[in-house]
This record gives sequence, C-alpha cells and structure tokens, in this order.
Amino acid sequence: MASVTGPEIERLIQLLAKLPGLGPRSARRAALHLVKKREQILAPLADAMQVARERILVCDTCGNIDTLSPCTLCSDPKRDDTLLVVVEDVADLWALERAGATAGRYHVLGGVLAALDGVGPKDLNLEALVARVASGGIKEVILALNATVDGQTTAHYITDLLSPYGVIVTKLAHGVPVGGELDYLDEGTLTAAIRQRTSV
Amino acid sequence: MEWQDEGIVIGVRRLGERDVILEAMTREHGRHLGVVRSGRSQRMQPALQAGNGCDLVWRARLDEQLGQFAVEPTKMRAASLMGSAAALYAVATLGALLRLLPERDPHPALYETLRIVLDGLDDPQLAAPLLVRFEVALLGELGFGLDLTECAATGANDRLIYVSPKSGRAVSEAAGEPYRDRLLALPEFLKGSETGFPGPSAIADGLALTGFFLERHLFGPRGVAMPEARAAFVALFPAEHF
Repeated sequence: MASVTGPEIERLIQLLAKLPGLGPRSARRAALHLVKKREQILAPLADAMQVARERILVCDTCGNIDTLSPCTLCSDPKRDDTLLVVVEDVADLWALERAGATAGRYHVLGGVLAALDGVGPKDLNLEALVARVASGGIKEVILALNATVDGQTTAHYITDLLSPYGVIVTKLAHGVPVGGELDYLDEGTLTAAIRQRTSV
Repeated sequence: MEWQDEGIVIGVRRLGERDVILEAMTREHGRHLGVVRSGRSQRMQPALQAGNGCDLVWRARLDEQLGQFAVEPTKMRAASLMGSAAALYAVATLGALLRLLPERDPHPALYETLRIVLDGLDDPQLAAPLLVRFEVALLGELGFGLDLTECAATGANDRLIYVSPKSGRAVSEAAGEPYRDRLLALPEFLKGSETGFPGPSAIADGLALTGFFLERHLFGPRGVAMPEARAAFVALFPAEHF
C-alpha cells in the first residue's frame, strides 16, 4: 500500500515506534499529535532531545545518568558515604529516590547475571563496585536487586565477591506488599514472608 | 498442533515489552520453547522463575513453529531456592546442563530426576549430592554413562574407590593402586551404599568426577566453556555448609 505521508513523517513514525510502549499504530498517533502541536510540543521536545543528546553522560563513579560526572547523587555532600545501594538499572535507582528510602550512595550494575541472555560477570559494572568497596569508607552494601532467580543469583555472586573486604552486605526483604492480601499472594511469596517474619 | 504436558521452567527471554519466550523442560516433549503472551505481567512473572513447576499447553499451527504456551503454575519452588546461594547456583547450572539436550527430544527419566533434585535443593546438605547425581544421569542420557557397578580391570564389585578417566568405569582399590595418581576418586554416595549425608571430601570428589566427564564429553567437543554458575557452586564447598 502506498504511503499517505512523506518520507520525513514516515521516518518520524518509524523512530517513535521503537520507543517502549509504542507500536506502529500509537507511533502514528503520536507523530500526528506532534505535527499538529508543532510549537507547543514538537519544538520544545526537539530542543530537549538535542540537549539530552549533547549533555547527558553516564556517571563514571556509579553508572547513573546525569549531565555531570560524578553525578548529582555522587557529589551530594549530604549523602551517607558509608552506605552503598547496588541496583540493577537506572530505573531502579530512580524508584528508590522517588521513595526517599535511603540516603546512601548508589551503584548501577547495568543488568543481572542471566545465562539465557548470555550476561556474565564481565558484562556487569562489577569491577568498579569492588574498587569502590576496596577503597574503604563503605560499611554496608545494600543489594537492592529484583526478587527473581537471576536477581538473587547476582546478589549471592556479589556477596561472595565482597566477602574479603569486611563490609556488611544486606539485601531487600521479600514478602507481603503494602496493600497486599494474603489470599491473592503466590505460595512462594508467602513462604518467603513467613521465613523473614519480624517480631512486633 | 496442540499438546498438554507438565514442565519445569528453565529460563525466560524477553520478547518485546510484554511477552517472553519460555524455555521449559517437559516430561514427554523434552526441552521445549514457546512464547508466553503477557509473560512479563505481575501475575505471570513469579510463575516464570527458573525451577518452578507448571502445567503447559503448547499450541502452534505447524509443528516446526515456535508456538505459544499457556502456563498454569503448579509448584512455586523459586522463592524457597532464593534463600540459598548453593540452590541458586545449582539452578543456573541445571539450566546450562539442560541446554545441552537437543530441543524437543523427550527424556522422561531425566525430567523425573530434575524434579527430585529441585525439590531437595533448598536443603544445603542435599544440594551438592543431588547436583552430582543429576550430572551422572545427564551423562547417561547423552550416551556417556559412567559404569560404577564393577571394576573395569577385575570385574570385582567391592572396594571400588576409583574411576578410570579413559573408560568412565569404576576401578577397585587393588587394581587401581599402581595408577592412583591418574585415576579419579569415586565417592561412596555415588555407589548407593552410603547412608546419611556425604562429607566434604566426598562432595568435592563427586563434583570433580562429573566435572571431568562433562568437560570431556559435552562441553569440550562443543567448544563451550563450563558454566560459570557451576564454578561458583563448586567454590561453595566445603566452605559454606560443612
């Protein structure tokens, strides 16, 4: 079927369709919306993307993304230097920051060990993690990794890796989510919750 | 095409944003892959963790297609396995070993062994002997079985303490004495005569024995490195549990 739009708009649609959450149909709608709102949305979006392309960096210290390296979190003097939170991805770092759950420093691994996807220890940001811990000053490392087999395998691997350095290594608790009803939980989560129960 | 079978999750690979390709070991259809629609949903993700048991329905228009799985979880083992490093490394090792099997080639006996091994992995004293037994069973299924019932040299079936690296057959203490430096140690628990839990040296001997034959017959000829998870598992013994 012949295209009803010019090659420029087709290219815009094709690129938008590569974004997470967008397929060809929704990309077409988004492109049409951008073109209709050229001054209100398209121009500022293009400017913002240009700035992002030119200025956003990966932090050499923690692997976070920012316009500075070291990033804002790494250079913030109010954060706790003795606490290091290890996360799989920048999205996890953002989630923890949204929750305001910790004032520690972060370290982004860039993935987890996954044999099926061919991700081994050399593919993760582990050397920098060991170097940070070895340089001293860190008392506790929190492994904030997903409660999946791959995530927990990675957590155990890191625990083994950090064992010579004398730091406390902890991991997130597994169990009943806030607002969760026991009746709807899978038996694995319930078993973990019972196993990790705390006194009240 | 449609069939129904019981299976064990070996692993999943992302397919787009919502779907996954499930790799499962099934009882009657061997190691089998298929797409699980909405496999990354909050409901399905806990079920699609390696080690979990499930009922599977596989559908495709043609037999050679990847097809789609409908998954109903039956035994959620993953949460209990996550508590132990040995269990997690063992699960990763089992996955790597099962990938040596050709796809869609039925191995019902190995499936049954896998099920028993996974049920016992969260017991730290059982994890290593179970993994070693699985590796012996896998070697047997792929045509490289070890003969541990009688001496390769004399035919005797008592005091079997060595295994010949050439033939994979047991060797008695007397016959093997002149060659002891070149023979592999045969742990008591692999002969089925030991009661109770094997000790650290028996575990190390068992892992060394199966590791040698896995490398020689399965990983080496394929040009594939032994799984890193197995090395991490071996490193846990005897330090962690004994």
